[in-house]
Amino acid sequence: MPKLNLEDLDKISEWRRRTTMLREGAGRAKVTVHMGTCGIAAGARKIMDALLRLVEENDVKDVILTTSGCAGLCSREPMATVELVNEAPVKYVDLTEEKIGAIFREHVLGGRPVLEYALALGSERTQ
Amino acid sequence: MPYRANMMVCAGTGCVSNHSLELKQALEEEIQKRGLTDEVQVVPTGCNGFCGAGPIVVVQPDGIFYQLLKVKDIPYLVEEHLLKGRPVPRLMYVPPEEKTPIPKMNDIGFFKGQMLVALRNRGMIDPENIDDYIARDGYRSLAKVLTTMTPDEVIGVIKASGLRGRGGGGFPTGIKWESCKKAEGDIKYVICNADEGDPGAFMDRSIIEGDPHSVLEGMAIGAYAIGVSQGYIYVRIEYPLAIQRFRIALKQARDYGLLGDNIFGTGFSFDVDIRRGAGAFVCGESTALMASVEGRPGEPRAKYIHTVEHGLWNRPTCLNNVETWATVPVIILRGVEWFTSIGTGDVSQNPWGGSKGTKVFSLAGKINNTGLVEVPMGITLREMIYDVGGGIPKGRKFKAVQTGGPSGGFLPTELLDLQVDYEQLTEAGSMMGSGGMVVMDEDNCMVDMAKYFLTFTQDESCGKCTPCREGTLQMLEILKRICEGKGVPEDIQLLEDLSHFVIDASLCALGGSAPNPVLTSLRYFRDEYITHIRDKKCPAHICRDLNVYTIDPELCLVKGHGCGVCRRQCPDSAIVGEKNQVHNIDQELCKKCGVCLDVCKFDAVKVA
Repeated sequence: MPKLNLEDLDKISEWRRRTTMLREGAGRAKVTVHMGTCGIAAGARKIMDALLRLVEENDVKDVILTTSGCAGLCSREPMATVELVNEAPVKYVDLTEEKIGAIFREHVLGGRPVLEYALALGSERTQ
Repeated sequence: MPYRANMMVCAGTGCVSNHSLELKQALEEEIQKRGLTDEVQVVPTGCNGFCGAGPIVVVQPDGIFYQLLKVKDIPYLVEEHLLKGRPVPRLMYVPPEEKTPIPKMNDIGFFKGQMLVALRNRGMIDPENIDDYIARDGYRSLAKVLTTMTPDEVIGVIKASGLRGRGGGGFPTGIKWESCKKAEGDIKYVICNADEGDPGAFMDRSIIEGDPHSVLEGMAIGAYAIGVSQGYIYVRIEYPLAIQRFRIALKQARDYGLLGDNIFGTGFSFDVDIRRGAGAFVCGESTALMASVEGRPGEPRAKYIHTVEHGLWNRPTCLNNVETWATVPVIILRGVEWFTSIGTGDVSQNPWGGSKGTKVFSLAGKINNTGLVEVPMGITLREMIYDVGGGIPKGRKFKAVQTGGPSGGFLPTELLDLQVDYEQLTEAGSMMGSGGMVVMDEDNCMVDMAKYFLTFTQDESCGKCTPCREGTLQMLEILKRICEGKGVPEDIQLLEDLSHFVIDASLCALGGSAPNPVLTSLRYFRDEYITHIRDKKCPAHICRDLNVYTIDPELCLVKGHGCGVCRRQCPDSAIVGEKNQVHNIDQELCKKCGVCLDVCKFDAVKVA
């Protein structure tokens, strides 16, 4: 018996890609949590933790989570930006763990922006 | 848990020498202190190529490039970038002559002009983790050839791709494989030539240190195509990190069954062993290399006996260079059409018709961005030096570039628009070689440079062929004589005659190319030789014996007030003058050491 067959190679590749994809910066979706001083004070940490958990629970392999500094709208923190490939980014404001859960399910996984939590569609683009 | 950020710490030899491993440890400690261990991963990578900016850390997924880092920068970097999401401008790259830092790696000129094929996993994977390689399509080409292609089909693809040897010869890889497959014999070998000997060249080392599995996968594909079950890697003992990474990679590949018996259950078996060389330049030559693997002295032999028929232990042997092997898997995966769309010429009729794909070069000498670059074949020297290399430091003027290592030729300003490919470089009197590129500016003396490189090749001549052993020695004596002001007009013709004689009458490429620096400097910079011989002057003031040092009395008195520093520093007491008075150099006593020029703060010492 060979030690490794083709399916095993695929499995290793798929499992590992979750980490290496991050380095290529090329996922299907990218969620940026704004973690400036204002964001952290308003609870961005919890939002980040919740997102990390959601990715883990849902076994999602093509979503990149990252952070950035203050988005400039400190009064509406915690904020997060969701970008799907080839679509305008959406900025969400006044986030809670429940809200980010809904955004993750509807927008990140389902592709439908959650308009009631959104600040604006098609804001400035990050790369 | 997934990670939200990867800190890619360069762990190539260059950065490690600049304490990148301490940096990695500090990063890990700081990340732990801040409670980020579960979300931020620290990954050691191979060489990023931009060694002049090391130690380097790239933060992904945003591709933020930090350079010249010190351990004391780490707490601030972690707090700002990872906790607060604010990249730190003061640790970023700033182009020469500019003030604004460039945050992203891919926006930096040095990286922007590059196209990564052999170095495709550069900075993206942990070279000591086979899973990282597999995640980036690693061993998929091997799976493809073993399960869906016949050996002849594989050879057909490599032939059609126009891939040519990256180690210097430029021989079409597919033809070599085909000849070796056709050669008679039931036991055959493949060898990876990792005996990189050119001073200042580290293409192969960088590939091995950054992505050892790419080489192993290429070798396994070649072995399948040719019908080989044993391969050897010949690597110099001066590359300890490369050897270590190869050893780890071999163990991991064997544990996964990607090397060994019955790979992927296809019945194909192949394994690789490492042979370490002592670091002789001549052992990069294929027949000398094979002699060394066998345990004999590394000396080349006559070329009419082909190694593909009678190589290692007199058995058919296919030897390719590290970069060639590393390129093979990509061609299999992405196809002939993609590979032939890069580069020059047309290889659809025969593989000699052009130079396809990319080539890795090490940029060194008088250039801003020292390091390792991979560019498409056909890029001009100008693009290479000014766009990728960032130009010449201190606004100096370009004089020449040497391509192809110590036995490559010097190419002058008029040839800056020359396209870099096998044919054009050879035509201009130089060569592709393994990809060394040394840039020289107006402060370099070309006679001196020719002497410098010939000193190396002369020293490394194995001594088997008299023309190489004695010829290069005589040439070196003549060059020394010219640099000392003792040259005679006949020397130029003599140098040319000797050069051609050494090239024609030596067995291997060492003698066959060693005179290149002399020949090209005579071809493109003949006036410098004439000035040395006829006027006894070195225009760049490098050949010290030809220099005359004098002191400008006005500058000495008005600006320097006869400070006397030169007089006190002169080892030969050749400078006379009272304090606060004009100083003078006694030409009879002056040994032309140049100390006075170095110590005078008022530019009063002149050299002519």
